[in-house]
Amino acid sequence: MRYEAPSSTKAAVTLLTKEKGKSAILAGGTDLLVRLKGGFVEPDLIVDIKRIPAMREIKKTASGFQVGAAVSGNELGASVVKKAWPGVVEAANLIGSKQVQGRCTMVGNLCNASPAADSVPALVAAGAQAVIVGPKKKRTVPVEKIATGPGRTSLAKGEIVESLLLPKRPARAGDAYLRFIPRSEMDIAVVSAGVSLVLDAKGVVKEARVALGAVAPTVLLVAPAAKAIIGSKLDDAALDKLAAACSAACSPIDDKRGTIEFRTKVAGVLAKRAAKIAYQRAGGK
Amino acid sequence: MAGVHVSTTVNGDPAEFVCDPDEPLLDVLRNRLGLTGAKEGCGTGDCGACSVTVDGELVCSCLVLGAEVEGRKIETIEGMADGDKLHPLQRKFIEHAALQCGICTPGFLIAARALLKKNANPTEEEIRFGLAGNLCRCTGYDKIVRAVQDAAREMRGA
Repeated sequence: MRYEAPSSTKAAVTLLTKEKGKSAILAGGTDLLVRLKGGFVEPDLIVDIKRIPAMREIKKTASGFQVGAAVSGNELGASVVKKAWPGVVEAANLIGSKQVQGRCTMVGNLCNASPAADSVPALVAAGAQAVIVGPKKKRTVPVEKIATGPGRTSLAKGEIVESLLLPKRPARAGDAYLRFIPRSEMDIAVVSAGVSLVLDAKGVVKEARVALGAVAPTVLLVAPAAKAIIGSKLDDAALDKLAAACSAACSPIDDKRGTIEFRTKVAGVLAKRAAKIAYQRAGGK
Repeated sequence: MAGVHVSTTVNGDPAEFVCDPDEPLLDVLRNRLGLTGAKEGCGTGDCGACSVTVDGELVCSCLVLGAEVEGRKIETIEGMADGDKLHPLQRKFIEHAALQCGICTPGFLIAARALLKKNANPTEEEIRFGLAGNLCRCTGYDKIVRAVQDAAREMRGA
């Protein structure tokens, strides 16, 4: 096993591309080190991306924000992103303890590809894009295209997610993320929902994106749920339609943390509540 | 497995070691540098007994590789007291009997210090959330919370 800490994305890509054995990318390490210790992964090469300056930055750009792959939860929480995308930042800050927040990253959360990843439904609702650098051309894809199943991603050999792009917020926009856990903190989502809204001057929902976590093999973008509330002022009838569309999209597992029935029902409830918070944040009354 | 040579700073003193590429910082501190204050409870970042700071950031040292800390500044429980003079948190933990078996205590102290650095006057709820990554199986947490509140009061000069 080798440990490398390259200082550029290009060097990291070269290392990963040239490695004949198995390789692992180390960002915060809060998932990778647990898997290493448990013997679930035995990479021949570990590439630490925290020494790559471009991956350590949060940049405000003309089109929004660019969050580097090695930015920790704490750094994100203290950044300008929080005002524009409170739901995304709150979701990322729900991951683990204060100790974990000092290390964990949204890109790590995304590429670990857990269906219950907290930051991912919020990112999907936000319409975030992942900037992927690899041996071929740089490409930008919607975050919902990264995970293909539990622990599996669409990234090819040598590819790294360098950063996430969050769009610029227009006036009257808001987002929120909620999860259900049986404890008050330090737990994995049993069900979760992220909602992002843009309202018109009269408080009518103009644009909406709704995403669900832990109710399918990957985080789901639920277009019918968004459609259910577009054109409404989030009246009870629209919220009921939103909940029904969310429940209809669920295909969860039955496990010790929640039954199929429970997850299916609660997905709708959380989506409703998250939508109300997002609506309020967007200035809706 | 090729060893990784690392130069770092631990509690203000320069430190050098060679570790395996997949060796956690916790094992480096305990087995290579002789600093056994940080404890291994779970080894998976759930219990906080191995808490240290790296460049001022609170982390579980079981979730950091030794190889990662090249050029970083590490602070452990061994550097908390000023010679024989205990840190106010350490003193208040003793006064409030905020420990029984003591395995979790170094982690709690490091985490509590990091908490008070960010928030000098935390509410009880903020303390409980702030220390949620540290598990204690003896005290029931109440005495720990009281000790942190009391230390915070003293440190604020209130």
